[in-house]
Amino acid sequence: MSDGMQPLMPKAAASAKPPLLEVRHLKKYFPIYKGVLRKMVNQVRAVDDVSLFVREGETLGLVGESGCGKTTVSRCILRAIDPTSGEIQFREADGKVTDLAPLDRSELRRFRPQMQMIFQDPFGSLNPRMTIFEIVSEPLYVNGMRSKSEREDHVAELLRLVGLRTEYMARYPHAFSGGQRQRIGIARALALNPRLVVADEPVSALDVSVQAQVLNLMLDLQQKLNLTYLFVAHDLSVVKHISDRVCVMYVGKLVEMAATEELFQSPRHPYTAALMMAVPRPDPSSRDIIQDLPGEVASPANPPSGCYFHPRCQYATEVCRTQTPELREITPDHFVSCHRAEELQLAGIKVNQEQQL
Amino acid sequence: MVTQVHPLIKPTNDLANEPLLKVEDLKAYFFMDEGIVRAVDGVSFDVMPGKVVGIVGESGCGKSVTMKAILQILESGAKIVNGKVTLRSRVHHGDPNSAEELIELTHLHPNSRQMRRIRGAEIALIPQEPMAAFSPVHTVGNQIMETILLHQDVSKKEARQIAVDVFRAVGISMPEQRIDSYSWQLSGGLRQRAIIAMALSCNPRLLIADEPTTAIDVTTQAQILKLLRKLQEERQTSIIFITHDLGVIAQMADEVVVMYLGMVMEKGSAMKIFKDAQHPYTQALLRSIPSVQSHSRVKLPTIAGSIAHPFNRPKGCPFHPRCTHFMRGVCDAAQPHLVEVDEDHFVNCFLYSEADGAKLMDKIETAPPVEKSL
Repeated sequence: MSDGMQPLMPKAAASAKPPLLEVRHLKKYFPIYKGVLRKMVNQVRAVDDVSLFVREGETLGLVGESGCGKTTVSRCILRAIDPTSGEIQFREADGKVTDLAPLDRSELRRFRPQMQMIFQDPFGSLNPRMTIFEIVSEPLYVNGMRSKSEREDHVAELLRLVGLRTEYMARYPHAFSGGQRQRIGIARALALNPRLVVADEPVSALDVSVQAQVLNLMLDLQQKLNLTYLFVAHDLSVVKHISDRVCVMYVGKLVEMAATEELFQSPRHPYTAALMMAVPRPDPSSRDIIQDLPGEVASPANPPSGCYFHPRCQYATEVCRTQTPELREITPDHFVSCHRAEELQLAGIKVNQEQQL
Repeated sequence: MVTQVHPLIKPTNDLANEPLLKVEDLKAYFFMDEGIVRAVDGVSFDVMPGKVVGIVGESGCGKSVTMKAILQILESGAKIVNGKVTLRSRVHHGDPNSAEELIELTHLHPNSRQMRRIRGAEIALIPQEPMAAFSPVHTVGNQIMETILLHQDVSKKEARQIAVDVFRAVGISMPEQRIDSYSWQLSGGLRQRAIIAMALSCNPRLLIADEPTTAIDVTTQAQILKLLRKLQEERQTSIIFITHDLGVIAQMADEVVVMYLGMVMEKGSAMKIFKDAQHPYTQALLRSIPSVQSHSRVKLPTIAGSIAHPFNRPKGCPFHPRCTHFMRGVCDAAQPHLVEVDEDHFVNCFLYSEADGAKLMDKIETAPPVEKSL
């Protein structure tokens, strides 16, 4: 690994909980082949030097527009795909830290039960030919729980935990609504008592009135089971709602990472600020506040020079066009990759007190 | 071609105060082997000229079927069983100064010449999925020109010029080149702009936008919403804006219609719906959405249960099994009717007196959301 790999942990946060997961300089390039010889002509830089950390028991939101690499980051962390380079430091319950990136399949087996995933599409992620019992108990069986009655007890407990009736165990997924299916997916993810749960857009396929139920359930479970979430989503209001800290990604790069309220109230990266201004708010009296960001998201196969955001950034200067900014900590626990982070005064979103009453 | 029963019910002159589109007690049912699905069950609303009406609701509430029923493009198996849809149509489509007539769309045969002339020229549709809306084997320009040639008396060359102009109007750079590209060569935002260009190409007076921004990213969504608002102001086009996103509705709509399981639950101005919602469903829906303006990690008040299966619609008010103000023997016995609780503010709920719209119960006072910090 190269020399520039400094740990990212904030200096002031030594007293805070240790990171359960620390990702350093993670890269994932997908090759593009062309011609009869399948020669590699280019690479899609889906994840391009991302560093982040998740503290034990917290929720880290990972937000960005489609194609920014947020799902690829989460898949690399779970080692569902192999990263091109970088480190994925995972802390086990006994405090031992292991880099997951270079491990092979058999070495990873020990870590798999500790990291589970909640999927986006509750219709596609449950096998329609398996009963709820079979779906939720499969991870238990695979990991050595062979007694059926033991598994039944365990599944019943899991279903109660996620707010489903235990009689549902013998039914098939088609009998359930989207929200109920997502609960089944959550029960399956929790079957092995994971320490890290990666949720990739867990509520985006659900109806508005059901989203809140699932978000509340996730908050409840986190408290009860001391879970750590990596919550990947494109919806800023959902991410704000559930996260302790938020990371914002743009074209394979992490542009900003900070505590939720801090990030929303005083963003330091122009992209973060633009993203927040673009969110339509459910308030007809704030119509003129909504602002659009000109231009289009850059292609990760052919990113612009310097800072990837500079062609759309109204604050861009010469240095932004030539030098790629590094992610740095500008105030304790607030990381930004922008050359002008200190001097810019960017507007954030104030919490609407009236709405809380 | 055999002419149909003449749909002209009222000759031209005095239509200035009439709505552009009037939907009255529209019912569209799906007749299936498993039973009848009452997808749209008595929907009424008006679209005034130059106004944006937002139809908001969750999946299965019938918002898309309502739109298809207006345009008479329902799938086979679905039928309009009741109701009237009246359009203030121009006699000469595309000519803004043309005289007007009232046409009852529900009396027209879906395949009739008149109905086909109205689609595209008077009422245009912006569909949800821009990838599926364009044919991948024709250039977008050819597809837009096809619409123009169908509805306007122009040469191919003029049609191309109109297409280029409308591309420019929706903010596509280099329109002369882009018009010859295929839909798959365009990015999501550009494709959505091209669809809007196609819808606008014949100067329709009513645009139906069915979830036009759900498939695209927030920053692009903001661009498209701004564009639609600008075009709407410039051309005084009316828009029926269909979405499940309350944020988008709040940003776009003048009037809001809230639907649930095929029925209108509440309708009124955007201000009234968002600041002074009266129906328990609207109130609960507004409280349950996370907002960028609220505190993080606070529990949201939820709506219990889930949307009923269409074959299994609850009796009486369709929302009663999930309603916190449920009154036994009332809500599950009969269907409520829309009552006017305030000027131009209608609520479909038994909590309000049918005679004068007065609140029958005070317990509907908005309960504060559970604010339990975690």
